[in-house]
Amino acid sequence: MNKTWNNKAWWMVLPVVLLVAFSAVIPLMTVVNYSVQDTFGNNQFFWAGLQWFEEIVNSERFHAALGRQFLFSGIILLIEIPLGIFIAMNMPTKGWAISICLVLMSLPLLIPWNVVGTIWQIFGRVDIGLLGATAAKLGIDYNYTRDIGDAWFTVVIMDVWHWTSLVALLCYAGLQSIPQAYYQAARIDGASKWAIFRYIQLPKMRGVLLIAVLLRFMDSFMIYTEPFVVTGGGPGNATTFLSIDLVKMAIGQFDLGPAAAFSLVYFLIILLLSWVFYTVMTNLDKQGQ
Amino acid sequence: MAEIYLKKLAHSYLPNPQKPEDYALKEIDQVWEDGKAYALLGSSGCGKSTLLNIISGLLTPSQGQVLFDGKDVTHLPTEQRQIAQVFQFPVVYDTMSVYDNLAFPLRNRKQDEATIKARVTEIADMLELTGDLKKKAQGLTADAKQKISLGRGLVRQDVAAILFDEPLTVIDPHLKWLLRMQLKALHQRLNRTMIYVTHDQTEALTFADQVVVMYDGYVVQMGTPQQLFEQPEHTFVGYFIGSPGMNLLPVQVDGNTAQLNGRSIPLNTRYAPKNSDKLELGIRPEFTQLSTTESAHSLPVTIRRIEDIGRHKIARADYQGKEINVVVPEDQSVSTDYKYLTLDPNYIHLYANGWRLKQEAAA
Repeated sequence: MNKTWNNKAWWMVLPVVLLVAFSAVIPLMTVVNYSVQDTFGNNQFFWAGLQWFEEIVNSERFHAALGRQFLFSGIILLIEIPLGIFIAMNMPTKGWAISICLVLMSLPLLIPWNVVGTIWQIFGRVDIGLLGATAAKLGIDYNYTRDIGDAWFTVVIMDVWHWTSLVALLCYAGLQSIPQAYYQAARIDGASKWAIFRYIQLPKMRGVLLIAVLLRFMDSFMIYTEPFVVTGGGPGNATTFLSIDLVKMAIGQFDLGPAAAFSLVYFLIILLLSWVFYTVMTNLDKQGQ
Repeated sequence: MAEIYLKKLAHSYLPNPQKPEDYALKEIDQVWEDGKAYALLGSSGCGKSTLLNIISGLLTPSQGQVLFDGKDVTHLPTEQRQIAQVFQFPVVYDTMSVYDNLAFPLRNRKQDEATIKARVTEIADMLELTGDLKKKAQGLTADAKQKISLGRGLVRQDVAAILFDEPLTVIDPHLKWLLRMQLKALHQRLNRTMIYVTHDQTEALTFADQVVVMYDGYVVQMGTPQQLFEQPEHTFVGYFIGSPGMNLLPVQVDGNTAQLNGRSIPLNTRYAPKNSDKLELGIRPEFTQLSTTESAHSLPVTIRRIEDIGRHKIARADYQGKEINVVVPEDQSVSTDYKYLTLDPNYIHLYANGWRLKQEAAA
């Protein structure tokens, strides 16, 4: 039987092509376009080559923001991943308490970034905030608008409050999928609690942990709204993370060329690091095969 | 190694059991001898897993005691009972090598590395795992993983009994037979008490010295494969064991004859059943014979179907609406002309409400 060739079916793909073009390809290409040009206004652009890229890669301002960004993502991963595992392991496994626990833990995840920022901005205020005012009453010197340490503390705790639930819920799902026979076998083998964690629970959670680490890394590396609402990047530039710096450069100073180059470098860093995380963790998995 | 005494044991999952139906495991009182292989056989939900979990210590029975060599272990937790268990699905520690998997129970018990090494090497050799010792356990096949599970039980010198909970469920059919033979050989070599839960009669009959048949929470019979075949104590044993199972026909009994829809069948002994009992005559298909000519106590039948299954043929005969299976040896011919069926009186059993009737006491 002869097959009929009808290339008209390709038209079916058109909506997706258009959608992706308008949502991703064209905006990204616009940024690429800006990144290699310079302008002195009047909508007149000149070819600038890789000048902006060289400038960004060598700029101290970028290095500082990148350093702060790594520090922030590192700290919140170091807190949220172990804490999430710990919470998941201590969550109830049967009865009505499960539902209550799940709902309570999901709540922070449902709050918009902007609102989270506002909540913590007010929560930490020394004059009226529950945290700030209580600390002041107790004689603790806490002020996130003045002190760098306090600002970092507030931003980190806010992220932990907002996102640890996600890690915990993922780990909980991972733990629930371990068949009871594993625990029974471990008891028969006389395994300690630590050994059960190390040799059963942790290996079985590896898949969800990979997702948790990737999600939390990418999200925290791109964080903007919450620290912007709470500290505005201050005091000074102490909590100016990459995206805050980028917005300052692009919209505050209207340096479109450097900002575009900044965006692309930023994007490539996230892409590269996510790929590294993914490769390392899946390779760890494969070693077992 | 130990003798296991199940003393007046019963279990109910309800807090206040009243009726017999409330019990998942009805009262049993049995001694399982040291070094023997036992199989718990029954269909799903018959209580065999309940019994296994009581022995392993995952469940505390609501009544009675479990004694290992006379020592009451009813309330001891699993880890202090000196039992090993192989589960339905292979349980291995994925991130460890096969060697570490086998060494794990010993390391947890703080034995020194030299002892562990000797022990693991010996067991790996026995299980034919020596070549895999350095591999990660995760990538192995299901049967190798089950061997590791078993090996973790065998490395411990103090194990009183090894429990198997349908261990061959996920094994490929052609390996099942091989693994079962290895298990049997291991049992003969090690002389450890082994308890094997299964719903597969072939597994039970080939593996065990004693088969414990369970039905609806009752242990309906414990015996050697031969006893189960020749003298089933319960109709369940009759039709569950054997392929095809025992023929069961409703009858009336008067002394030493059974009345089967107007035909009388002679019995070897006299029975005195109560009138209220539901009586059934049981005979295995192997002990029935078809012929073309009528004889003294033969039943007129029509052959509905003949199935040749290789070693023998199975004739599906119809006697007044009741199907009777007949096993015909391969070298005998059979056709629809065979219209008369005789039953071997030596292998006829009578069942009242499912349980085998004992012969009337000599009066």
